Amino acid sequence: MVNYTKLIFEQSVQGRMGYSLPEAVFPCYSIKQLSSSILRHSSLDLPEVSELDVLRHFTNISNKNHGVETGFYPLGSCTMKYNPKMNEEIASYPAFNQLHPLQSPLQVQGVLKVYDELSRILSEISGLAAYSLNPFAGSQGELTGLMIMKAYHESRGDFKRTKVLVPDSAHGTNPASVAVCGMQVIEIKSTDKGTVDLEDLKNHLSDEIAGMMLTNPNTIGIFEKDICEISKVVHETGGLMYYDGANLNALLGMARPGDMGFDIMHINLHKTFSTPHGGGGPGSGPVGVVEKLVSFLPNPRVKHQDGMYYVEHSKDALGQVSGFFGNFKVWLRAYVYILSLGKEHIKEVGPLATLNANYIKDSIKDDYYLPIEGFCMHECVFDGLIDQSTGVKTLDVAKRLLDFGFHAPTIYFPLLFHQSIMIEPTEVESKQTLDEFIQAMKLVAHEARTNPDVVKNAPHTTPISRIDEVYAAKKMILTYKDYLAECALQK
Amino acid sequence: MHKYFPHTEHDLREMLSFLGIKDIKDLFVDIPEHVRFHGDYDIPTGMTEMQLRHHFQELAKLNRTLTVFSGFGAYDHYEPSVINHLVSRQEFLTSYTPYQPEVAQGTLQYIFEYQSMITALTGLDVSNASMYDGPTAAAEAMFMAEGMTKRKRFLVSTTIFPHVKEVLRTYAHYKGVEIDYIPMKDGHTDIEELKSMLSKEHSAIFVQKTNLFGIIEDHSTLGALAHSMGALLIVYADISTLSILRTPGEDDADIAIGDCQSLGIPLSFGGPYLGYMAVKKAHVRKMPGRICGLSYDKFGKRSFVLTLQAREQHIRREKANSNICSNQSLMALYVTIYLSLMGPHGIRKVNELSYQGAHYLYDQLLKTGKFEVAFDQPFLKEFTIKSLIPSHLIQEALQNNGFFGAYPLEQVNEEFEHLYNFAVTEKRTVEEIDRLVSVLGGLSW
Repeated sequence: MVNYTKLIFEQSVQGRMGYSLPEAVFPCYSIKQLSSSILRHSSLDLPEVSELDVLRHFTNISNKNHGVETGFYPLGSCTMKYNPKMNEEIASYPAFNQLHPLQSPLQVQGVLKVYDELSRILSEISGLAAYSLNPFAGSQGELTGLMIMKAYHESRGDFKRTKVLVPDSAHGTNPASVAVCGMQVIEIKSTDKGTVDLEDLKNHLSDEIAGMMLTNPNTIGIFEKDICEISKVVHETGGLMYYDGANLNALLGMARPGDMGFDIMHINLHKTFSTPHGGGGPGSGPVGVVEKLVSFLPNPRVKHQDGMYYVEHSKDALGQVSGFFGNFKVWLRAYVYILSLGKEHIKEVGPLATLNANYIKDSIKDDYYLPIEGFCMHECVFDGLIDQSTGVKTLDVAKRLLDFGFHAPTIYFPLLFHQSIMIEPTEVESKQTLDEFIQAMKLVAHEARTNPDVVKNAPHTTPISRIDEVYAAKKMILTYKDYLAECALQK
Repeated sequence: MHKYFPHTEHDLREMLSFLGIKDIKDLFVDIPEHVRFHGDYDIPTGMTEMQLRHHFQELAKLNRTLTVFSGFGAYDHYEPSVINHLVSRQEFLTSYTPYQPEVAQGTLQYIFEYQSMITALTGLDVSNASMYDGPTAAAEAMFMAEGMTKRKRFLVSTTIFPHVKEVLRTYAHYKGVEIDYIPMKDGHTDIEELKSMLSKEHSAIFVQKTNLFGIIEDHSTLGALAHSMGALLIVYADISTLSILRTPGEDDADIAIGDCQSLGIPLSFGGPYLGYMAVKKAHVRKMPGRICGLSYDKFGKRSFVLTLQAREQHIRREKANSNICSNQSLMALYVTIYLSLMGPHGIRKVNELSYQGAHYLYDQLLKTGKFEVAFDQPFLKEFTIKSLIPSHLIQEALQNNGFFGAYPLEQVNEEFEHLYNFAVTEKRTVEEIDRLVSVLGGLSW
């Protein structure tokens, strides 16, 4: 039912119910015994629907979504790899579902063991000393990492280090995290090759620098080959190096951030370690550090001694960034994934993902403008169609791809180019799938020359066509109640 | 080969030859030789599916599933069967943030429905698409108040959950916000003290209902008080209880935040849960997080899209008031389905049944003579009670009988010695409650 358009509220019929609850057994107690002044008096506008109504509604709206199992999802910088079913099966065990986060550590040894072992595995893969699995997402991992950076300098009595170096190619979250952590951003220019301008970096070094945030490979999909020199000069000036793990997938099996001089990093488990993106979360953004920063990791922490695991709240910690232990069932899935691949196969991830990206890059560079030559890492970036005379923009290309059953690549990011198209295939895609995508990309380029309107008006086969974003921002209809009010106004 | 990787030897040869290289590692020329990783990671060898099942079944045995009689921010409520079947659909589970609305209407529509339900429960005008958990939503609300008022002090009641307090303290420290704490009186925020403390340097008053003792605080005068000083009122509330209790909207709060875990989300050792945030419409442009709005496509079909994105980090970069990128979308779907099933009557009934069980347990514990009243204040599903029985005896007895309960408040603050947290939900039966009372009533020391 592609044309299904109802809201759950529009199916409400007074008196219908979708729940199953016991009858009251203590009728002598009643909420009416509470003082009226602390009770709710306004109406509660929730839908009244049956169980089957609910199933049909959500099944029908789900059919309007593109998922990884629907088709290729080459969304750059998001690492949309397959989310194995085995991870889901194990995460659904009742023995993991029913545990209260404040239960005594003696009764949750299994969970604490997963925490400890996954931390150790992530440390090994990234070349660092220890991890906290508490941060809920990449952005919160960044913030936690910056708190560690600040706490480290403050612990040495150095309060003037409040500036953080961030390349201009960085994702917007990097500078936002710096600001939220109460520090200032110094933007470092990129060279025409898309990498950090070493001279510009050196000009900004001073004893006010807390550290530098770097994504490597960077957001253009290029490895920062001067990384050792960058780490060296930042360290010499007393700063710390922060690794944004957004693009870690490329390095699995090839290199470890710790070996390149990084002191702190976060990993997006929902990217590199296959946990589902869930339409925008829940994610998980563990933070790892080198030995000298271990004492700053957030509370609560999991430790072990003599084969027993226990929970620690340390006074030296930077504080606490989550209510409990982060998104347990997300990091559990990542652990299952790592055990599925094991040491034999984890190391193949980076090379295969990189091979797939380069295969796409070389296959379409006659039609799309490749601003930076050479091998890319796990993703490739184009700057729109080579033939700009047709008036077909990157947005149009993205929308037309939807008609061919592909999700669009990331567009208009990185900001270094005006017509960015960023393609990340990941290691899970076969040569056949890549060939089909390449063919579609070439066909869109061909259509742009021969029948540009079909591209400019795309998509044509999706549940809806292009949407009026200005209307959404202007009218601000953000709830069903707003919608009813707008309808009444129109009448 | 591995089942997650489709490349055959033949594919590899063809792709390498197309790229004009001999070895896949030739692609990595940019990585300096001395930082290349050679060999194997020191991690376990791969397991088959059969081995994985065995491994995790054994590992699961190291955990004990208990009958839950405490809450303190995480509650053992009933989970309707339908929810897991729907949230496991790959269309929801494996998709990403809805950047291409034409192929993400499923996600966008449930976010719109979620926002509608959160505003209905809180009595406020707008909701974002969700946040990580209650405590981090609280921290985001603190920064939002700071951004709106340009004031660096924040006034927080001491009756909030310790984990919320700790996350607030951490975020405030690094951002340079100073927190002042309002003392308590009889387990309730001391309103008289609050009045004397509140100044024009404070961005907001932050209170919690029900509070850390389970007490239903009366916040009806706080909106006017805060606004008279140009400050905001922020209420942290367990969202399920708002079906019964006076809402943040009725209290004239500017921002409501809290956890949605109580909407049938499994305990799962603390996560994933879901934080919510709802605000007055006038504040919408200062609200962090994603927001979904209704619009029309070019053929006039009603549809949904992320909107007001100019507030967010990917546009404003270091000028953004929050660094949050995503939400906990799948958990927002979870509670949207939960609230669709429960409707207005089901959600109230959950709270009524929990109220009844909690008050029955409270009275039965007092009757044993081994527990005494800690605070004579109204409560809903969670309460604090006093006992002089040594804490370790209580914990030992409960564990031996398969219970998690009587969470000792001294674990979070030594001033709370002899105080214990109990919570009862609609899942607890008379038999379970009676057995708990008999175990605790039988203790001697």
